[in-house]
Amino acid sequence: MITKRIIPCLDVRDGRVVKGVNFAGLRDVSSPVALAEYYSGCGADELVFYDITASAEGRSLFTEILRETASKVFIPLTVGGGINTLEDFDRVLKCGADKVSVNSGAIRNPALVYEAAKRYGNQCVVLSADVKRVDGVFRVFSKGGRENTGMEAIQWIRRCVENGAGEVVVNSIDTDGVKGGFDLEMLDAVCDAVSVPVIASGGAGNIQDFIHLFQHNPKVDAGLAASIFHFGEVRIADLKQAMADAQISVRR
Amino acid sequence: MIAIVDYGVGNLFSLKCSLQAIGAEVTVTGDAQQLKKADKLILPGVGAFEDAAKKLRDTGLDTVIKEEAARGKPILGICLGMQLLFEKSYEYGEHPGLGLIPGSVVPMEGRLPKELKIPHIGWNALRMKKSSPLFRYIGEGDCVYFVHSYFAAHCEDFVIADTEYGQWLTAAVQRENVFGCQFHPEKSGTVGLNILRAFAEMEALPC
Repeated sequence: MITKRIIPCLDVRDGRVVKGVNFAGLRDVSSPVALAEYYSGCGADELVFYDITASAEGRSLFTEILRETASKVFIPLTVGGGINTLEDFDRVLKCGADKVSVNSGAIRNPALVYEAAKRYGNQCVVLSADVKRVDGVFRVFSKGGRENTGMEAIQWIRRCVENGAGEVVVNSIDTDGVKGGFDLEMLDAVCDAVSVPVIASGGAGNIQDFIHLFQHNPKVDAGLAASIFHFGEVRIADLKQAMADAQISVRR
Repeated sequence: MIAIVDYGVGNLFSLKCSLQAIGAEVTVTGDAQQLKKADKLILPGVGAFEDAAKKLRDTGLDTVIKEEAARGKPILGICLGMQLLFEKSYEYGEHPGLGLIPGSVVPMEGRLPKELKIPHIGWNALRMKKSSPLFRYIGEGDCVYFVHSYFAAHCEDFVIADTEYGQWLTAAVQRENVFGCQFHPEKSGTVGLNILRAFAEMEALPC
């Protein structure tokens, strides 16, 4: 049976991991390469590198870091952040990314998903959607969750999947950072609407939140988180042990 | 020396790095002479079967691979590269493959329970069907990373491992010196590296 995936997400700016990390035994805590190797060794099933660089130099540093990571870490690697064109896809895929996640780039240019899926295959294109309730309706936000696009989220996600997105990351702005658990209601709505893998993001505060997620909705394929892994609040090895104990299928 | 067959399909960066990580000597080439000189061949591939099979024919590398296979050189097909080893594929029509292993490649669509997502994407466990030198360093239940919408069928005699996804899907095959993995060993962590290591350590043909 296919296993549920646990995915740490690393925000990278100018070649360094942005949020400080807190691990004993890790010499350079802001090196994306060292952190990626560490997570891979702990049993992470996949990694997301999110490029939050604004400058051109930062961008080329990011691609270098990506190359180095891909030459040392042999689990699937998804890259997001600043993906606006097919050239951006090309740039990160050549450096060892397996999948590319699009967010604001797809909102600005909805044809991007279609074009990228046609050229690189659906399995390569991940739609990342930042979603927030506005007057009881799920809305898509752009620019890192700052701007309400006015689009209804479930329709948007369904449309992108029809255009070729092979996976969907649902990031709930409502639960993000609250550490009160994933946004189960939002995830249920997305899982009902699409038949591609759905990755839950935003809200995990402890091991139990992941167990609750996968038990509540077996259609959710993966759980993604950042700071709780970086700060050592949840250790991936412990998480996977707890999932196995709860009869959730995991890779050991 | 292991040669990764470069016929203009897919990204070979990770595969090359994974072989280097286990200390194998590796080259990426589409040159027939170099492929003939190499101890072992790896046939990679992503994308559509028809396009990849056509590229192999257009470059003449299909003949090289078949000749080297006939000489007994160890060959490993990965993902679409594995599917190309079979007689034919029913991906958007019917297209001939290399015919090194009897069997055909069929879509999951319509063959799996409806609630299952296609492609089959993620980590899934291997069930060993036959002992194989490819599995020297791994065991029953080890997980590997899959991404595919088509699978090899009608090849029961050559299946060395399968995986459960609504039904038992072909995960790895072997016919004498010709091997294939539907999954991506270069993306399957330590287990994947151990499969590549076993392949790299296989005996080469005498020169």
